Amino acid sequence: MDAITENLPVFIGGFLATLSLLAISGTGAFVLGIIVAAMRISPVAALRSISTVYTELVRNTPLTLVLFGCAFVLPYLGVRLEFSVLAVIGLTVYTSPFVAEAIRSGVNGVALGQAEASRSLGLTFGQTLGHVVLPQAIRMVIPPLINVFIALTKNTSVAGGFFVVELFASARQVINDRGDEVLAILLGVAFFYLIITIPLGLIAGRIEKRVAVLR
Amino acid sequence: MSDSVLFDVPGPRATRVSRIVSVVATVIVIAGISWLVLTLAGPRTTAGGSEQVGLFDASRWDIFLDLAVWRAIWRGVLATLQMAGLAAVLALIIGILFSFGRTARTSWVRVPSAVILEFLRGMPVLLMMLFVLLIFSSGAYWAGVTALALYNGALIGEILRAGIKSLPRGQGEAGLAIGLTPVSTRFLIEFPQAFRQMLPIIIAQLVVLLKDTALAYVVSYPELLRIVVNNLSNFYGNRYFFSLFIVALVIYLALNLTLSYVARLVARRTGKKSVTDARIPGRGVFGAVGMGGDGAAGDAGAGGGGQGGDGTP
Repeated sequence: MDAITENLPVFIGGFLATLSLLAISGTGAFVLGIIVAAMRISPVAALRSISTVYTELVRNTPLTLVLFGCAFVLPYLGVRLEFSVLAVIGLTVYTSPFVAEAIRSGVNGVALGQAEASRSLGLTFGQTLGHVVLPQAIRMVIPPLINVFIALTKNTSVAGGFFVVELFASARQVINDRGDEVLAILLGVAFFYLIITIPLGLIAGRIEKRVAVLR
Repeated sequence: MSDSVLFDVPGPRATRVSRIVSVVATVIVIAGISWLVLTLAGPRTTAGGSEQVGLFDASRWDIFLDLAVWRAIWRGVLATLQMAGLAAVLALIIGILFSFGRTARTSWVRVPSAVILEFLRGMPVLLMMLFVLLIFSSGAYWAGVTALALYNGALIGEILRAGIKSLPRGQGEAGLAIGLTPVSTRFLIEFPQAFRQMLPIIIAQLVVLLKDTALAYVVSYPELLRIVVNNLSNFYGNRYFFSLFIVALVIYLALNLTLSYVARLVARRTGKKSVTDARIPGRGVFGAVGMGGDGAAGDAGAGGGGQGGDGTP
């Protein structure tokens, strides 16, 4: 147990690094995801197909490969950044199609009649979306969105394999020093991850239940 | 144009606007891609100041004429598929066990399985791999298989539970009414329906599993990514790194897109019977899950989301 108490500053540092990875790339993925989702449901055919191709390509690429590309292929393009920034770029790009799909499935989940009714009242595409569909969709979108961010929290650990010192990497570092207390160290790190993911999951579950009642 | 109800069939002005936007967007994308290709193809100077050929030069790709390279790549593909295959089977079994455990009537089964499930769901797969690797010193292969099976098993369990929950109550009641025991009602009546209804999402989850085998790279299991991007580029020299990276990317995309396509086919076939049964106001398969339970978690939600709007491919 003393392996954890001795190295607590390392773990806290890793935890904060994980949190900042989560916050920055989560925000980035959210913005990018909204743009992609908006393109995906827009009336313009080219935008739709561009975002479809983007979604399919990124979603079917393993995160490890995306981070590999960011860490070692982006420098070919003249990008000179720290590994942590590159990891943020990778995580943002990787998460954005999942955000987009969550938003889109929420929009699709709004009952057909709602959109039909507003169309028949003569509302335009923008008005239909802004006044009728999105306000209803946003409720259904929040739980899957939170789930995407939970997945992102866990995915930040992959950045630990690419020279970013976050929770997972700090676990490895401490294990190298204290090989005798591997179990305690790993459980300690798992605890830090669970601090983030379980409350998020509970919030998602609660919101989902409320939404289900509302419907 | 499409079957979206969000907008009308466009008139002449809307068509013109949409055409202009289309052309502009296409031009921007093409310009971006050609900038990318040209930058990569151009000659480059290293930090040492020496001149090197562009990344698409034949001298960077000639190793692919060698059969030994393809044989190594094939070994990588096999290793990846081996890990994914075994982990998928185990994940399905674990998922079924979890779905029964969490819907059990007795609380001494239900509560522990809920706790274990939350624990597994909240942990990064990578950490689990490291855990199995170091605690059980099992070797990278079993570490990868165990972690992937446990994590995806937990998610599949949640998916199945959502499926069971979204069935009409009458199904279970009818089973009890004709004299089946609660257990056989679950096995013979509820579970088969839930499984069929959730099959597309389960397959989507298996795509995630296949993708996640690449995580075993970090615990140095010699799967596709490690063999291609690490071993081969170390062996043949760093100047082949980019070519090997592209090849790995293409292989992964081919594998995953094929499986995703299968998922979509299954979704279309099962979709007619189970989802549009009109119990659920939503249109998509995903809507059904979201409503049904407390949402199949993270990756399942994200992976399953693709089935959401399949009306407009």
